[in-house]
Amino acid sequence: MLRQHSYWQLFSAVCKKDVQLAFRQRAEIVNPILFFLIVITLFPLAIGPEPGLLARMAPGIIWVAALLSTMLGLDKLFRDDFNDGSLEQLIASSYPLPLTVLGKVVAHWLITGLPLVLMTPLFALLLNLDSQALVATVLTLLLGTPLLSFIGAIGAGLTVGLQKGGILMSLLVLPLYIPVLIFATSAIDTSTMSLDYSGQLAILGAMLVIAIISAPIAISSALKVSVS
Amino acid sequence: MWKWLHPYAKADRAYQLCNTLLPYFAVITVVCMLVGWVWGLAYAPADYQQKDSYRIIFIHVPSAILSMGAYSSMAIAAVIALVWQLRNAELAVIAIAPVGACVTAIALITGAAWGKPMWGAWWVWDARLTSELILLFLYLGVLSLYHAFEDKKAAGRAASILAIVGVINLPIIHFSVEWWNTLHQGATITKFDTKAIDSSMFWPLMVNIVAFAGFVGTVTLMRLKNEILQREKHRPWVRQLLNRG
Repeated sequence: MLRQHSYWQLFSAVCKKDVQLAFRQRAEIVNPILFFLIVITLFPLAIGPEPGLLARMAPGIIWVAALLSTMLGLDKLFRDDFNDGSLEQLIASSYPLPLTVLGKVVAHWLITGLPLVLMTPLFALLLNLDSQALVATVLTLLLGTPLLSFIGAIGAGLTVGLQKGGILMSLLVLPLYIPVLIFATSAIDTSTMSLDYSGQLAILGAMLVIAIISAPIAISSALKVSVS
Repeated sequence: MWKWLHPYAKADRAYQLCNTLLPYFAVITVVCMLVGWVWGLAYAPADYQQKDSYRIIFIHVPSAILSMGAYSSMAIAAVIALVWQLRNAELAVIAIAPVGACVTAIALITGAAWGKPMWGAWWVWDARLTSELILLFLYLGVLSLYHAFEDKKAAGRAASILAIVGVINLPIIHFSVEWWNTLHQGATITKFDTKAIDSSMFWPLMVNIVAFAGFVGTVTLMRLKNEILQREKHRPWVRQLLNRG
């Protein structure tokens, strides 16, 4: 077992490779944002354009749209590496697989989650959110979207070996997203009532920490099942 | 524990164990179900407020309890399957999953049927109902993941991983849903918490819970036997068994 690189070098190399790939095919970054924007446009058309109603429903709309748009990128997370065989090499290498997986998930968040967080002010304008709720929305998305990437990657790892994994993956993953959705939307709701919402943020943070520790292990055992 | 468990790693020993256990479970199920249903549905006193319609409790509550119980036993089997690499435990995961899904569905349907006359609605977004519904989704996820794989060996492992991920999430989902509900609508119907049940209704309920547990056990054992036979169908002992019967 020869390890020429440090763990940090491995992590950053994996992460950088995925981000670089995404930047070379811009669609991967732009499409989830466009999808998010279109979903948000659909809601006022469907439920009516009254500003009060929209502001009331905005947290839910933003978060449901965020769930759906992170699902879009998840299918691609391991698919390309699986198809060209590099996933097998990563598993066979002497470096710990959970670390490699952590790098890939962080890259996925940088590609799909972070742009959403950065675009939130625009969405808040569309949905008539006030500045207090906007801050809460940004904070919950900042804590919540990495959580979505981690949980979703478990589903992606389980279904990567399957032909039609996409729909199945959303079936597996969406029920697991429910706690994130509940705490995030309730934090935003609480903020619109000018109350303290640090409790909800703390729980989201705690769930994120647990996910960072335990999800890579689950993802790597899922990948081993899929590749074997 | 390993010494005790080890012989059952072999498929034929596990099959024999199923055969020995099956009659006990079957007898418990039949006796308790007959006693419990007759006692509960005919002899237990009617509720002073809900009259006879409360009697659905004798099916609703046992199935709700067993829906959780079946999930935890499925998760235990999944842990055993992944940690000790026992293939029979993988088969047990798959044997339990549809049974658990059915019991969950029974709990939801009887709950809806009970809710219509009592609450005036088939469905209320109450915390218990919601987490039961999510439990059903988790069961269906395990099942559909298993059936999506061509290679049944990988399928069993993948389903086990998902079952474990689900069981870690289940308490989080449960409490978050409870919390979500109490935040939005303060007073909801918490019938079982406020009113302790009278012993003339409590004992038939207990008998029914045992009956349902026996029922889940019986069906699971039968399914496990089938799964073992299917998985091992090329082995000599299965051929022998099939030729004999």
